[in-house]
Amino acid sequence: MSLTRQDVEKIAHLARLSITEQEMPVYVTSLSSIVDFVDELSRAQIGNVEPMAHPLDGQHQRLRPDVVSESDNREKYQANAPAVQAGLYVVPRVIE
Amino acid sequence: MLHTFSIGKLGRSLSSGEISSVELTRSFLARIERLNPSLNALITLTAEQALLAAAAADRRRAAGERGPLLGIPLIHKDIFCTDGVRTSCGSRMLDNFVAPYDATVVTRLKAAGAVMLGKANMDEFAMGSSNETSYYGPVKNPWDTSKVPGGSSGGSAAAAAARLAAFTTGTDTGGSIRQPAALTGVTGVKPTYGRVSRYGMIAFASSLDQAGVFARSAEDAAVVLQVMAGFDPRDSTSIDAPVPDYPAALGESLKGLKIGLLREFFDGLEARNAALIHDALKIYRNLGAETVEVSLPHLPLSVPTYYVVAPAECSSNLSRFDGVRFGYRCENPTDLLDLYKRSRGEGFGAEVKRRIMTGTYVLSAGYFDAYYLKAQKVRRLITDDFRAAFEQVDLLIGPTTPTPAFAIGAKIDDPVTMYLNDIYTIGANLAGLPGLSLPCGFVEGLPMGLQLIGPHFSEAKLLNAAHLFQQATDWHDRSPRGYE
Repeated sequence: MSLTRQDVEKIAHLARLSITEQEMPVYVTSLSSIVDFVDELSRAQIGNVEPMAHPLDGQHQRLRPDVVSESDNREKYQANAPAVQAGLYVVPRVIE
Repeated sequence: MLHTFSIGKLGRSLSSGEISSVELTRSFLARIERLNPSLNALITLTAEQALLAAAAADRRRAAGERGPLLGIPLIHKDIFCTDGVRTSCGSRMLDNFVAPYDATVVTRLKAAGAVMLGKANMDEFAMGSSNETSYYGPVKNPWDTSKVPGGSSGGSAAAAAARLAAFTTGTDTGGSIRQPAALTGVTGVKPTYGRVSRYGMIAFASSLDQAGVFARSAEDAAVVLQVMAGFDPRDSTSIDAPVPDYPAALGESLKGLKIGLLREFFDGLEARNAALIHDALKIYRNLGAETVEVSLPHLPLSVPTYYVVAPAECSSNLSRFDGVRFGYRCENPTDLLDLYKRSRGEGFGAEVKRRIMTGTYVLSAGYFDAYYLKAQKVRRLITDDFRAAFEQVDLLIGPTTPTPAFAIGAKIDDPVTMYLNDIYTIGANLAGLPGLSLPCGFVEGLPMGLQLIGPHFSEAKLLNAAHLFQQATDWHDRSPRGYE
């Protein structure tokens, strides 16, 4: 069940990861071996079992009252931003 | 020899006035300066802040305050956000990130007066079992610096083993506290999922991650866990259950305790390594425990299950690193897509990219049912196996790792070989169970660890079982040559 180069290119695109031409064969090999490894799961006889998303049964998403509890710290949080202007994050032009 | 003192003994020395927090901190900082270069256990040293915190602890003590961690030095795994201090998660992606807030774990330990000396090196984004994927270079095992300390909390483990702090914090998603604790001869505790807050702890796999502690003994770990554990409204997966008094529970007799030997752990274990575990079992029998063989038939599926679930969750969690709001941004992006792809492609290392892509693949259309959904079903089967076992026994026991520490560079080229290091630890993460590793001997001069796993919220029982073993043995008191 090995992955092809096209498979890896598609996955990399979905994951928004650039893979260089040089790196590509290495990723095809290692991802193929990982997928082969986890394929053991597809061979396991499972039967009718409820999937488990949380490790503690009965755990559910807690809710809290819809009341403001955080304060505005935009300047502090934007201190780590690569490019900021007027409190907005600057990115390459999106709309032509 | 302050660095060899237990937390309790350090506390008594501070209370009696024999030493001040500032002096104690200076002494550990001097050790770090001398010994860390050969280990690369730290990414960031916070010497100035440490001395300020120590002085503050001294003032609190002078004002009459007492507390087991007041003025005690620690090192935080660089996965915990620390306000005003770089928090890199071992990655180029966050090399320039100065956290604007403290993780709850950090807040609690700070409130208790513990003094942070620095941030520990780790596998990038907590993905790894050898601390070789860090952007900041590999960490060396103080027992043999050509060997790995384990991972992902390799820096925290190595620092604890070399006594660069009184204790260190770590995180465990598939074994990242227990495995390095075993390979470096220290005691490492992964609590029950939800026991310790994940607020401010950079997320890898949200249903598996848990914060914990490395210490020289279960007794010390109990003191630290007492402070770390507890409900946090800021973590939506934090469990609102009372925290028992862990130190007070130490010393209770093990008479009648039923310990289960996991058959799947012993299958295929090398003779020398198995012998150490069997010696440990003799000690437990002498302490009054009864050992029973149990089987978790689905456990062999735990590694492939984990390597579907964890990458899937990581692909989601790491999607926030997009070069827009914080972290690494590539130079001269041509458009938004280029910004995303190259910031992430350049900012992340190979193992992280492998896992993101594995996760993306197993969650993608056409594969979701075959992999992710299937893995979630197997997860329930594994959890049910554990539950059934705990109907027969109180605790489970086995080796933490299949072998002692391996050489740096030996496994890094083949991801699957590396993944098999987690074979004994992963089950507890999938089932959300608490586990700990304690030193149980040496194979060719390298430490081996004994793993104890308990039912949910049985940390007190685990710590006690470890503590009594440590009262009957001295493996945990040994120090690596050159780091005594």
